Amino acid sequence: MGKIGLIIQREYFSRVKKKSFIIMTLLGPLLMAGVFAGAIYFSLSESGPQNIVVVDKSPLQLTNGLFKEKEGYTFIYTEKDISDEEFEASDYTLMLYLPENIIKTNQGAIYYKEAPSFIVKSYLKDQMENILEDYKLELNEISPETYAHINTNFNFSARDIHKKEKDTYHQELAIVGFVFAFLIYMFVFMYGVQVMRGVIEEKTNRIVEVLISSVKPFQLMMGKIVGIALVGLTQFFMWIILTLVLTTVAQVALIGDQFDPEMMQQQMSQQAVQEMMNEEGPSEDLVAIFDLIERVNFPLMIGMFIFYFLGGYLLYAALFAAVGAAVDNETDTQQFMLPITIPLIFALLVGEFAITNPEGPAAFWFSMVPLTSPIVMMLRVAVGFDAASMWQLILSMALLVGGFLGATWLAAKIYRVGILMYGKKVTYKELWKWVKYH
Amino acid sequence: MLEAVDVSKSFIHHQALSEVNITVKEGEIFGLLGPNGAGKTTLIRIINQITAPDTGTVTINREKLRPEHIQIIGYLPEERGLYKKMTVGEQALYLARLKGLSVSEAKAQVKYWFDRFDIQSWWNKKVEELSKGMAQKIQFITTVIHQPKLIILDEPFSGFDPINAAVIRKEIMHLKDNGATIMLSTHNMGSVEEICDSFALINKSKKVLGGNVMEVKRDFAPNAYDITLRNNNALSLPEFATELQAEATKEGFYSKRIKLQDGHSLNALLQTILPQAEIISATEVLPSMNDIFIDVVNKNA
Repeated sequence: MGKIGLIIQREYFSRVKKKSFIIMTLLGPLLMAGVFAGAIYFSLSESGPQNIVVVDKSPLQLTNGLFKEKEGYTFIYTEKDISDEEFEASDYTLMLYLPENIIKTNQGAIYYKEAPSFIVKSYLKDQMENILEDYKLELNEISPETYAHINTNFNFSARDIHKKEKDTYHQELAIVGFVFAFLIYMFVFMYGVQVMRGVIEEKTNRIVEVLISSVKPFQLMMGKIVGIALVGLTQFFMWIILTLVLTTVAQVALIGDQFDPEMMQQQMSQQAVQEMMNEEGPSEDLVAIFDLIERVNFPLMIGMFIFYFLGGYLLYAALFAAVGAAVDNETDTQQFMLPITIPLIFALLVGEFAITNPEGPAAFWFSMVPLTSPIVMMLRVAVGFDAASMWQLILSMALLVGGFLGATWLAAKIYRVGILMYGKKVTYKELWKWVKYH
Repeated sequence: MLEAVDVSKSFIHHQALSEVNITVKEGEIFGLLGPNGAGKTTLIRIINQITAPDTGTVTINREKLRPEHIQIIGYLPEERGLYKKMTVGEQALYLARLKGLSVSEAKAQVKYWFDRFDIQSWWNKKVEELSKGMAQKIQFITTVIHQPKLIILDEPFSGFDPINAAVIRKEIMHLKDNGATIMLSTHNMGSVEEICDSFALINKSKKVLGGNVMEVKRDFAPNAYDITLRNNNALSLPEFATELQAEATKEGFYSKRIKLQDGHSLNALLQTILPQAEIISATEVLPSMNDIFIDVVNKNA
């Protein structure tokens, strides 16, 4: 193994063995899964059996006995007002109040002791709509068949005339891309700073001169950068694997069935989609989400993620290494950190705006500039390229490779001089002299 | 073994070396002397190929410096340190392998040196748990672990406590006996007299003096002698001699330092003294390296 291999090995294993790395790797997906599960749980969970009293003030008592009973729901009908105190003392969990002129206003009110879940509310809403519709159909002597014929739900598909595909979902896909872009931002920043810290550590430890009497400064710098890149990739893949394991385990545990997990996943989503379809209303969003997830080309996204993460990371890590070499300790890094962090943060901002217009000029230009392309291009990759604009992706990738080669060249010049320079406040002018210094 | 010819190097703000020539013979201990900032470390870095000279050449065994030469050099920089979080054993192995040793060679060498210094129990300690003196021992071991033919020590005694300095001095002599050539930079003149065979004195980027330690001392000898007499006789000296000082010795004799004008010998002086007093001994006064160092640097200033 060459010397650079030894350096990579040390940089990699000294970090992977750290407790903080192991904890982050294990907790990362747990935290993410926890956040998602929590969000879903709180929005969808039933708040226990509902004992609902329907206070119907309408002259005809038109809801009486018409609510469909369902597991977990019991309905009691009354025309008497119930005071808050009485309600508080009763077994009822929910009171649905329908005023006299309900037919005109289509407006009721619910009173509760504990906030009802989204599902409970939408069930009551659906039931009321059905009851009122049935009543109005009868009143107007319209058969349910006729009504079904009249009832219209308009939809349109969006289509870019430059593209063959029917539904484009550009904006939605851009959001998925943004999630990946954000991951890149996080990884580049996190591991770029680790490179800088590593360089400063070697400098303040005074071990750097011992090392560069055995290896070239460039080997030392690249060994560190590559070693830490591997740490980042390890973490990323561990997260993917752990997330898959976790979701599978969670599904098996939740359903308690012994089906093959993949089958289950399909069944689950189909069931879920069907269930949602039956209910209408908010379910359309969910259908759209499932539809969207099917549209995301995950292998391509992960492939591009790795390319743009590595490209962006190598570019920024080289610059971070140069900053580390130019200073004596971490508190001095600020003045040089700023010009590196600004394009990173700027790229994220451009990415956010580009969600609304993933094919606009801003998205185009900043997906070409190597300093911002790793983040902005992820959005555009998610939206997808047709054959005619494929050159943009290829150009952006080529520019990024060129960008990191250039950054590495520049950083190596600064690094070489900087690591042996102590006790001196370095200015930009000084740095420029280092670069020009043969 | 090592030769630098007309080596010059300038940095952005100053000239570090101008036309420096040095020759280090195989198997000797060579002292690179000079005040701080004279250019010693720059010359050492050039030999270690950390920087390149602007002009001039450096050869090892008559070959121009090549990357492979790094394997035969052991370098202990003035600014030296270790990874704080790494264990002592791992660190020694890592540095040994960076010098090109295989895993098994590195293990064997680390074990040999740890046994030699009797520090096997430190293997799993982290460097941050070591005292400064302990860390310095590890640094010395990692410098010589690959059995280098040329050992370059930049200010090896700075920062060492007297006990460790003695240990290191002993090891340097041991390495020399085993055939290694050693070059050390220092501004501690005492150590030069004790262990160096030859030296070069660098001041303000230029070599101002160099050669065999004894020969240079002789060149700088002031032609003065300490004559010890049994009794405290008053001497009438010839006109080419001047008495500089007189003092009683511990043994109860009387010593007089007498300087002679150029071209006059001790023999001539003794002939004039013999009839006057009983002579116990006569020794030439040789300048210490420290005197020479200060003398030359001041003349250059």
